[in-house]
Amino acid sequence: MSEATRPQASSSVRRLAALVRKETYQLLRDPSSMLIAFVLPLVLLFLFGYGVSLDTTRVRIGLVVEEQTPLTQDLGFSFKASRYFEVVSGQDRRQFEKALVDGDIRGILVVPAVFASDFAAGSEAQIQVIVDGTDPNTANFVQNYAQGVVASWRAIRSAETATAGRGIEVEQRFWFNPELTSRYFLVPGSIAIIMTLVGTLLTSLVIAREWERGTMEAMMATPVTSLELLAGKILPYFVLGLTSMTLCVLVAVFLFGIPFRGSIVALYVLAATFLVPALGQGLLISAATKNQFLASQLALMSAFLPAFLLSGFLFEINSMPTIIQWVTLIVPARYFIPSLQTLFLAGDIWPMFARAVAVMLAIGALFFVLAARSTRKRIE
Amino acid sequence: MTNIASSAQEPADVVRLDDVRKTFGDGPPALNGISGRIGSGQIAGLVGPDGSGKTTLVRLMTGLMQPDSGSLTVLGFDAAREARSIQQSIGYMPQRFGLYEDLSVRENLDLYADLRGLAPDIRSATFDELLTFTDLKSFTGRLAGKLSGGMKQKLGLACALLQKPRLLLLDEPGVGVDPISRRELWRMVEDLTREGVSVVWSTAYLDEAEACDSVLLLNQGELLFAGAPGELTDRVAGRVFRISGVSGGKRAALGRILEREDVIDGVIQGDALRIVLKQAPEAGAPRADLPAGASMAPAEPRFEDAFVDMLGGGPGGRSALAEAATARDPTGGDIVIEAKGLTKRFGDFTAADDINFDIPRGQIFGLLGPNGAGKSTTFKMLCGLLKPTLGEGRVAGYDLRRDTAQARNRLGYMAQKFSLYGDLSVAQNLDFFAGVYGLSAGLRRERTRLMKEIFAFRPVEAMSAKDLPLGLKQRLALACAVMHEPEALFLDEPTSGVDPITRREFWTHINGLVEKGVTVLVTTHFMDEAEYCDRISLIYRGKSIALGSPDELKASVTGADMPDPTMEDAFIALIRQSDAGSSA
Repeated sequence: MSEATRPQASSSVRRLAALVRKETYQLLRDPSSMLIAFVLPLVLLFLFGYGVSLDTTRVRIGLVVEEQTPLTQDLGFSFKASRYFEVVSGQDRRQFEKALVDGDIRGILVVPAVFASDFAAGSEAQIQVIVDGTDPNTANFVQNYAQGVVASWRAIRSAETATAGRGIEVEQRFWFNPELTSRYFLVPGSIAIIMTLVGTLLTSLVIAREWERGTMEAMMATPVTSLELLAGKILPYFVLGLTSMTLCVLVAVFLFGIPFRGSIVALYVLAATFLVPALGQGLLISAATKNQFLASQLALMSAFLPAFLLSGFLFEINSMPTIIQWVTLIVPARYFIPSLQTLFLAGDIWPMFARAVAVMLAIGALFFVLAARSTRKRIE
Repeated sequence: MTNIASSAQEPADVVRLDDVRKTFGDGPPALNGISGRIGSGQIAGLVGPDGSGKTTLVRLMTGLMQPDSGSLTVLGFDAAREARSIQQSIGYMPQRFGLYEDLSVRENLDLYADLRGLAPDIRSATFDELLTFTDLKSFTGRLAGKLSGGMKQKLGLACALLQKPRLLLLDEPGVGVDPISRRELWRMVEDLTREGVSVVWSTAYLDEAEACDSVLLLNQGELLFAGAPGELTDRVAGRVFRISGVSGGKRAALGRILEREDVIDGVIQGDALRIVLKQAPEAGAPRADLPAGASMAPAEPRFEDAFVDMLGGGPGGRSALAEAATARDPTGGDIVIEAKGLTKRFGDFTAADDINFDIPRGQIFGLLGPNGAGKSTTFKMLCGLLKPTLGEGRVAGYDLRRDTAQARNRLGYMAQKFSLYGDLSVAQNLDFFAGVYGLSAGLRRERTRLMKEIFAFRPVEAMSAKDLPLGLKQRLALACAVMHEPEALFLDEPTSGVDPITRREFWTHINGLVEKGVTVLVTTHFMDEAEYCDRISLIYRGKSIALGSPDELKASVTGADMPDPTMEDAFIALIRQSDAGSSA
């Protein structure tokens, strides 16, 4: 190493240290950064931990039994006993129409007058399910569970009457999340969403702010290199992203009682890897927009929403149109969220993690190359 | 930096420009073939109105931007290929000083010291020297965002000076800074040149240009002049005169004089007029028909006179806008705008404290003061945008608090920043403002047609307002403000940064309107604008510290050490007196 390059290397380290220190001061003093890094994650976490649940329980329905017989009364009791329904009884379906329109109840079940005689005759005894189609999720739910109630009622009935049941019984077992509590997979998934906020949204905002306030221009006119500038931004937000993630995991495990069956090493390896594409995307956005408003819009549209909608977090990727399924391939959260869920609920499955890490690094590398190309030390 | 070998090879020119061109998007060229040089060890002014290409040229010199064609050499380095070498040896202060507002003074200095590779062993000595130099020693722990404009500017300068640069580039350091701080900065920069630092100072203020050792004068991307400012002003030597003792309306007199063939420029200076003739009058030739009782004496030529001369002279003295305006009898002497004990407090901070004045019909009244002194607060209370904590403001007899709507209908408002709808076309903006002021359909057509004619908007009617050149934006803003023939016109720093021709055209309209009985309230920190006022209130720290005509204010500070003070001299002296009074 020649005499000339050595002092350069040490001054490069010093410049980088100065940039990191500056960024840290700014972070600690700027209430909005703290808000995005710590308060917003907690709000989201509580929302997914307490507020949002994909398990629908106790839907209010109207039950119309047109002819009271011991048989239909028995079926009625089955509905009332179900943990999924809150039943309001009535004589005529018309009396529930208004309640259905108003959204007071989610569906009407009609046990027709011919039900008892059909059933006794051994022929296809039918009940009518009227649902509010404006909320397809709940409508499906009412329909499916009503069918379930009827089916199990029929099964019990046949057992009691010793009529030979001809149907094949399917007994379901769910591994890893036996109660199918949605919180168990929503909370780990939301950690990925939160890290997207810190990694992409916050990073793109702070860089765009430097452009807006003219400090970027002043920085660039010093001997600092663009690599140092980028690294000086990334390092503090990398640490912040991991800190924010740690906080979330602690809340998830100790407050929400989510099982954590994997290892801490795997957690940090996955999280650190996920931050690579997240930060890369933040850099790319800010380099392209140089404007806080645009940067926030772009970050929300291109990172936050895809992490939410196209990652398998809320919606099953397999049931998306093929072209959308292709789009999900470049959403880093798509690889991170299943890994996290596995890590929490099942444990370390390294072959799966390794694949996720490889893909996330590849996407991250792409973002960084694009960002570095557009962040040359130029103002234009 | 104390490298003797390198200073021996130092080129005589710190900057060389060779046919530099730069265009952004599909607009007109920002720089259209600029060639020139800047000598070492001097203060070189990069002078021109907003949009003339100054900032682009400074950025090219830093190597942060590349020219489309042509070449720049800075300190012997090629700006395109050796940008990094340039950045090692320059200090650069961009327009907003490049400070981190949430870092303290000391932390900002530390950051730039690290970035510039200032050796740790000399750091404390350097900081000490710079903090003393900039007078910031007692503020090292304060956040930069909490400093006044003048202090921010000094800190920005200190950051740019950390590793003593060979070339210091300052991009409009005077903007948003009061005249006192501007003078202090100038003095500091002069000290630097004595130590061998070369300085490039970009500015839109033509009085700053006069003080530079050399200037590059830019206008719309063209280089109009390069050389010592004196060479330029010499071109109008013997052609500049001061006409005093004008009786019966200085504005009307100026309007008449500007219409003469032999006069290329004229402005109001307090009670006198200052004119530039097309040709120097022959000695002994009779002084042509002056207004009765007036006398004409030669005056010192200024940089601005020469600039206007180069641009082919100012517009005439006739304002089609004023001619089309309905005359209001200005002789009644009734008060149109009135401030009675106006006070505004924000929390425990008093932004405006007991401001009193009244403006009779047909007069121009100026609120003059440094940034943050309270002139904008006062102004906003008088046009009904801000509710006073105490006191009363009246426009055309209406109390702004009770009859806000009636009062607002009688005033026209022109904001400092371009405040039209940039995405609407010129015609749409006119229509919109006509509608906002509630003109009837017939009147609306009539007024918009008139505005398009007066201001020659026809060719640009369909253009988006944001794409207009600065001068046309200025015209459009005025047209929208006077659409409904207001009795009172409120102008907030109306011509800061615009070129002198546009400024003269603007004031010709305003003068004409005032002659027709319109009353004008103007805020400014621009001394040339202050001269147009009939009376001025000097606002400082929320209080009115002086009230009078420009000549009265100048006279109040005239003394043995200042026999013939300018408006700026008066401004500074009065503020110093106020400071001395409050600390005593």
